Amino acid sequence: MTATRRIADLLILAAAFLAFWYGLNAVVGSTALPGPGPTLSYLANFVGTTRFLESLVSTLTSFAYALLLAYAIGLSLGVWLGAHHLSGAVGEPILVAIYSMPKITLYPVVLLIFGLGISGKVAFGALHGILPVALLSMNAIRNVPPVYLKAARTMNLSRWQVIATVLFPATLPEIVSGLRIGLTTTLLGVVLGEMFASKRGLGFLMINAISTVQPEEMLTVAIVLFTFAASANGLLLWMEHRLHHRV
Amino acid sequence: MNLSDQVHARLAGVTRIFPAMGSQQPVHALGPVDLDLRHGEFFAVVGPSGCGKSTLLEVLAGLQLPTAGAVEFEGRPVHGEVPEGVGVVFQEDASFPWLTVWDNTAFGLHRNGTDESEIKKRVDDALAFMGLRDFARAYPAQLSGGMRQRVCIARTLVLQPRLILLDEPFGALDAQTRLLMGDEVLRLWRSTGSTVLLITHALDEAAMLSDRIGAMSARPGRFMDIVETGWPRERDSKIVSEARFGEITGRLWDNLRGESLKSLGHAGMSVP
Amino acid sequence: MTSFLGMTKVGWIRLAVIVGAIGLLEVCCRLEFINPRVVIPPSMMALALFNILRSGTMNADMLRTFGSVAVAVSIAVVLGFVLGVAIHAAPRLRRTLDPFFATYYAVPIFIFYPVMVAIFGLSVVPVIMIGVAAGSVAMIIATLNGLDRIPRVLTKVARVHRMNAFDTALRLKLPAAAPYLFTGVKLAVTYGFIAVIASEFILAPAGVGHEIAFAYNDFNNRRMYGLMLLLLLVATCVNMILHTWDQRLARRRGRVAL
Ligand SMILES: Nc1ncnc2c1ncn2[C@@H]1O[C@H](COP(=O)(O)OP(=O)(O)OP(=O)(O)O)[C@@H](O)[C@H]1O
Ligand SMILES: [Mg+2]
Repeated sequence: MTATRRIADLLILAAAFLAFWYGLNAVVGSTALPGPGPTLSYLANFVGTTRFLESLVSTLTSFAYALLLAYAIGLSLGVWLGAHHLSGAVGEPILVAIYSMPKITLYPVVLLIFGLGISGKVAFGALHGILPVALLSMNAIRNVPPVYLKAARTMNLSRWQVIATVLFPATLPEIVSGLRIGLTTTLLGVVLGEMFASKRGLGFLMINAISTVQPEEMLTVAIVLFTFAASANGLLLWMEHRLHHRV
Repeated sequence: MNLSDQVHARLAGVTRIFPAMGSQQPVHALGPVDLDLRHGEFFAVVGPSGCGKSTLLEVLAGLQLPTAGAVEFEGRPVHGEVPEGVGVVFQEDASFPWLTVWDNTAFGLHRNGTDESEIKKRVDDALAFMGLRDFARAYPAQLSGGMRQRVCIARTLVLQPRLILLDEPFGALDAQTRLLMGDEVLRLWRSTGSTVLLITHALDEAAMLSDRIGAMSARPGRFMDIVETGWPRERDSKIVSEARFGEITGRLWDNLRGESLKSLGHAGMSVP
Repeated sequence: MTSFLGMTKVGWIRLAVIVGAIGLLEVCCRLEFINPRVVIPPSMMALALFNILRSGTMNADMLRTFGSVAVAVSIAVVLGFVLGVAIHAAPRLRRTLDPFFATYYAVPIFIFYPVMVAIFGLSVVPVIMIGVAAGSVAMIIATLNGLDRIPRVLTKVARVHRMNAFDTALRLKLPAAAPYLFTGVKLAVTYGFIAVIASEFILAPAGVGHEIAFAYNDFNNRRMYGLMLLLLLVATCVNMILHTWDQRLARRRGRVAL
């Protein structure tokens, strides 16, 4: 009953969105913003082409590497700063400052260092992903109620047992939030890297479509990216909900 | 007629049923309850957790509408609005974290346009009274739970309400401090002459402070017994050593034991 | 905590770390461990920035860029707050929009910059529109979050004081939600800044972002690094001011700044 209502709500929202798109298209004309019809039929043809598939594979590969780097570095950094009090106090404001810096300004540096290859966009993606992962896992560790650790001490657990049976489960939900946010920012970083510092991938397709004025292609790639991000995000969000509501 | 025989607030056949929500069944939280609060009396309500005490207080304050029955304050019906002259201290911490203790206390006075010198006098008095003078410039985050609750009491006192409703205000205090705070509340009650309704889960606190004690049954809460303590108006925590005190708490516990078991879900158990 | 010259021990260590990092970069560049054609030493970046500022040639671009950010962020904050309040009042709409909000920032919104240019021409308007689009969703999310966390007892307190809806909102709900709203403002600044600069990279005719892209294509490393330093300094300063302010409020309220 509620499920059908939710689906109905989604359909209404989708209809409203399409109507808005149609309206905007009617006002600004098809060269600025193609309508939903032409865009979707372009999408249907485009996703089968090798150009698209090659770009998709290239983006996914860089994304996988970047995510691996971002998670590994971000988690280690977060655990270190969360567990070691002085380092945390010293490092947190620096991390916050770097986090809120517009890292996109650094793309020429990435280009100069890495050239136009895959390493540049991986680096750019990881650069975007490390900080939210580190900051959230640091907070997760700091927020473990001290009474948990005291309780663990009364049970004579070894250091590793404490980590495995108390710290890890207690911090997991928040760490998963960090991983989820890190996932979106890493993807953004990879796409930005492809737009400005690469000749391959969906980001490159997008910037290329912009400069050669092919709005259908730009919208198509944007839709693909959004769908991908939404599914990955939804998956992690689902995990997060399960973790938060376990008792 | 003596003022203290007059009815100050009245609940007549008051029932509160929370309507069904989604798959949740409707909850019959309270009543029917009849209660006459006399002018200037100190009335305590005791009862097992979840029996509808807070609901009773909110209905009386006009914060919730009764499903059936009528509420009256000073002869006028209470209907969905808190009447002027009623002060409420809630069970939850309701201090404003963005204001200092002093500004928290002055909140209501600033709102009703009292002039500055009067505000200053009343707030300083109330803070001194609640033992918060040294914390006037502190923020609630720097206080303990019990101190924050005192801020809320001070915020209510400065408005000089004629009926004060207190919902477990000392829940966060240790037993000794609680007795001392009880003395303060008695002092307050005597000096202001207001009517006080105190909700508590501590039987000794109820027995020591009040003129009358209403013992409530498990949900849906009803008054099973109303005990007249017969204490003199001039009293303090020393009465806990009197024989009468033991009698009162004993009688309350006799009534409440079975109900508390019920509310824990042991309804089928035999109760001696 | 021990303090020296008004700064805590932690503060001094932090300063040492930052100075050390910059110093290390300087040494690496000077000793050519890092190719000077790739990264120039920080001192030269600073010198380049100083020359740019002194010459005054960038003043118009700076005004354009930072002005656009300021206007865009202001609009985004107000718009996001209003939309947040409206969406909060409609739980069904909110449930439907939630997954959309959660993914919004995965797609760079400034790819729609050309669409905006097609509509509004090559003025500052498209840049500002992109900044607004980037900043407002963060503010909507923060507003929803803040409104969710207003303790229910506050509405009861309001009724005991017989406050009307407007007063309740202004004097109780707004201050109660303020820390969350502030987080929204900080994020709106960050996203607004990124969106404006990125739009300028793509095809704006002027602005600091455009000048960086131009300097890069022109192999003018000094100018490029000078301008990048300018952006980073401005962004960091703004963020640090907001962060300190937030922390001061947060400490008072017994909460860690987000
Ligand atoms: N808003 C509400 N919606 C539905 N049910 C409610 C609501 N508020 C209270 N109840 C139910 O009404 C009953 C009485 O609640 P109330 O808060 O009055 O109890 P109480 O006696 O104050 O308990 P305690 O001593 O734990 O504070 C409870 O069973 C509770 O679940
Ligand atoms: Mg209660």
